[in-house]
Amino acid sequence: MMRKLALSDEILLSVESPARYIGGEVNSVMKDKKEVDIRFAMCFPDVYEIGMSHLGIQILYHMFNQRPDVWCERVYSPWPDLDARMRQEQIPLFALESQDPIRSFDFLGITIQFEMCYTNILQVLELSGIPLRAAERTEEDPLVIGGGPCVYNPEPIAEFFDLFYIGEGETVYDRLFDVYKACKAAGRSRREFLEEACQIPGIYVPVFYDPEYNEDGTLRSFTANYEKAPAVIEKQVVMDVSHAPYPTAPVVPFIKATQDRVVLEIMRGCIRGCRFCQAGMIYRPTRERDVEELKAWADAMLRSTGYEEISLSSLSSSDYTQLPELINYLMDICQERGVNISLPSLRIDSFSLDVMSKVQDIKKSSLTFAPEAGSQRMRNVINKGLTEEDILEGAGKAFEGGWNKVKLYFMLGLPTETEEDIKGIAHLSEKIAERYYEIPKEQRNGKCQITASSSFFIPKPFTPFQWAPMNRKEEFLEKARIVKAEVRSMLNQKSIRYNYHEADISMLEGVLARGDRRTAQVVLQAYRNGAIFDSWSEYFRPEAWEKAFQETGVDEEFYTVRERSVDELLPWDFINAGVGKKFLIREWEQAKAETVTPNCRRKCAGCGAKCYGGGVCFEGEN
Amino acid sequence: MKVRIKFAKEGMMKFIGHLDIMRYFQKAIRRAELPIAYSEGFSPHMILSFAAPLGVGVTSLGEYFDMELTRDMPTEEVRNRLDQEMVEGMRVLSARRVPDGKAGKAMSLVAAADYRVTFREGYGFSDGWKEKVPAFFAQDSILVYRKTKRSEKETDIRPWIYRMEVQGDSLWLQVSAGSVANLKPDLVMEALAAFLGEELSPFACQVQREEVYADVGKDGVRELKPLEALGEVVA
Repeated sequence: MMRKLALSDEILLSVESPARYIGGEVNSVMKDKKEVDIRFAMCFPDVYEIGMSHLGIQILYHMFNQRPDVWCERVYSPWPDLDARMRQEQIPLFALESQDPIRSFDFLGITIQFEMCYTNILQVLELSGIPLRAAERTEEDPLVIGGGPCVYNPEPIAEFFDLFYIGEGETVYDRLFDVYKACKAAGRSRREFLEEACQIPGIYVPVFYDPEYNEDGTLRSFTANYEKAPAVIEKQVVMDVSHAPYPTAPVVPFIKATQDRVVLEIMRGCIRGCRFCQAGMIYRPTRERDVEELKAWADAMLRSTGYEEISLSSLSSSDYTQLPELINYLMDICQERGVNISLPSLRIDSFSLDVMSKVQDIKKSSLTFAPEAGSQRMRNVINKGLTEEDILEGAGKAFEGGWNKVKLYFMLGLPTETEEDIKGIAHLSEKIAERYYEIPKEQRNGKCQITASSSFFIPKPFTPFQWAPMNRKEEFLEKARIVKAEVRSMLNQKSIRYNYHEADISMLEGVLARGDRRTAQVVLQAYRNGAIFDSWSEYFRPEAWEKAFQETGVDEEFYTVRERSVDELLPWDFINAGVGKKFLIREWEQAKAETVTPNCRRKCAGCGAKCYGGGVCFEGEN
Repeated sequence: MKVRIKFAKEGMMKFIGHLDIMRYFQKAIRRAELPIAYSEGFSPHMILSFAAPLGVGVTSLGEYFDMELTRDMPTEEVRNRLDQEMVEGMRVLSARRVPDGKAGKAMSLVAAADYRVTFREGYGFSDGWKEKVPAFFAQDSILVYRKTKRSEKETDIRPWIYRMEVQGDSLWLQVSAGSVANLKPDLVMEALAAFLGEELSPFACQVQREEVYADVGKDGVRELKPLEALGEVVA
């Protein structure tokens, strides 16, 4: 029997991309709802094509559905065209597989990958008919659980969630499900379940904690109001990454997703320790997956999906010790099957150039460098190991090999930044162009094209820059103008293009990244004012947010431009993310002293992640 | 060998557009591990040739594409292996070996198609419409306004309607298709509604394509053959 869809033909034929809402994709999982105990709706609060590209959801979907007593389904944000129809006709939001209303599920799990999706979380809740505030939910509502990198500071969205899962999903979900099943069978209440759940490591139940504030607005205390709720929430880490669940048969969308390929996550964590990078801190320790395991997964995923492309995923693939072996294997199996290999941004050296020349069309492809800052001084501050020499040498080799396009990524507004550092973006771009034109004219491939892009630096929790002030919007824009003018004054300016991110969005991201519980009312009010799909420039409505700040009286600058003292109690201090506060303070001081800290492989910096008992911390010690 | 695949696209798969169906089959062919031929170059791609694109919202029992295999295989094995990879709503109905070369390209062969039009629940013409269909079909000319890229112009669609009959609650049509004159059933329904003096909502009809034909007739005499009938079974 064919599945009955939640939306009528009339609606599906009048909205953009109806395939977003029908499910039924290759490898999607159907179960008999009468045969399962727990129904879980897994949500990525953005449009289908973005949500389907996310590996984390595919991992959990696969892992949950391996349990015979759980049926995990998917749900994404309806695009504004359908959103309007659903509100107008009062159609409840539904899961793709069963097409059943989300409100009838046991859990609504929301993965929170970036701050600018917060209003979409409210959209999903509202369209589902679930009260936006956890405090207003009844026994009839699903338990709303949040996970993903943003929950390392869950406070700005804490009141919208019943519970959060802090850390990597592969570890304690089984325990959580077992506890839930037992509670459900025993007819326990929502509150009773949460009382049990909060005792599972990594589970944070916001309602069991109360913040108190000082007169200056800073946090005075953050204490549990339920005696069994732990004072500190321990981040969950999967240590045996080679035998952790992996979706060897991921769901394959009918329509082109942003990530329209097999994704092979080769390792978790990063040894580099860039001081602005949250991922590089919260995913510590660096853990490599076994190369033989990866080969088998790649093979299985290509077979089960039929994808025409495979891509490697990690924070810094060049640091994966078995990279040559893995890539050589992939080149062998992909060639015979007509599959393309899409390389992540590898460090540019002889090995990567050789591989790239084999798998890409040199004329079309570009080299990517992420110096992040224009001057060596600034790169020392942020602990970006890449030197000007490295870049010029890599670019030189590539130019001699036939490449002529270079992409450079920078940040503006970094701590201690001076005008010289800012202008350094133009100077570095110019030096790369000059390196290109050193090649004799007859051996060159026309002009070179250097594209320098800058984003605005946003301090994030659990990084050494979590105390740093963020720039004001005007400062950001002024800095971008300086870079632009400096680029224009360069000798090879015709070969250099410069562009920069929007400043409005960055300011808001800055508030939400380091916000506290009081920030939640701004999110709610902005949503009420019509903010939705904030990460989509065509839908971003800065005026809805401006108005929300005015209406709630929340001072944006308290969260952005204020430099915190290292003694201040931070809203996310109740989480133990492995990297200790002492280490972060030390790194913050090293940054100001412009001193580089060696990477994890060269020398342990004593960040604290060694406590997990594995990964790079114990390399060569077994 | 060149193989012509006939497939059905039903149920919710009607919401998947033509380009996505092409991508869907490329993946299905890889999953089925069929010895498909690839183009040369940095990003090799399969050479699939679809006969007639199907609009979003239309179901079909007679869709076709041709593909090139690098070695000979029993056609039933090709059909079966590909059918194993289908999702709900998709079925591989047949596989036939067809002659190589451009003249035999599925797309250029298309001359006619069968359609079945049914009304969605809650929609329809007033009682008695069925009896008036023969009179509609018996007209010498049926003038409709057709939108082209540049303008809207009046066209006589009557020569492009080959057969038309009421079957149960549905209307069955055989019409001209392909590059010369591609008549969409919606246009016939609009003309019929005008003839009956009735309103027709854009969502009233569910259209299903049932077969696609080549014209193998000579000297201007039409002789329609389903595209699969131009190929042969290989044991």
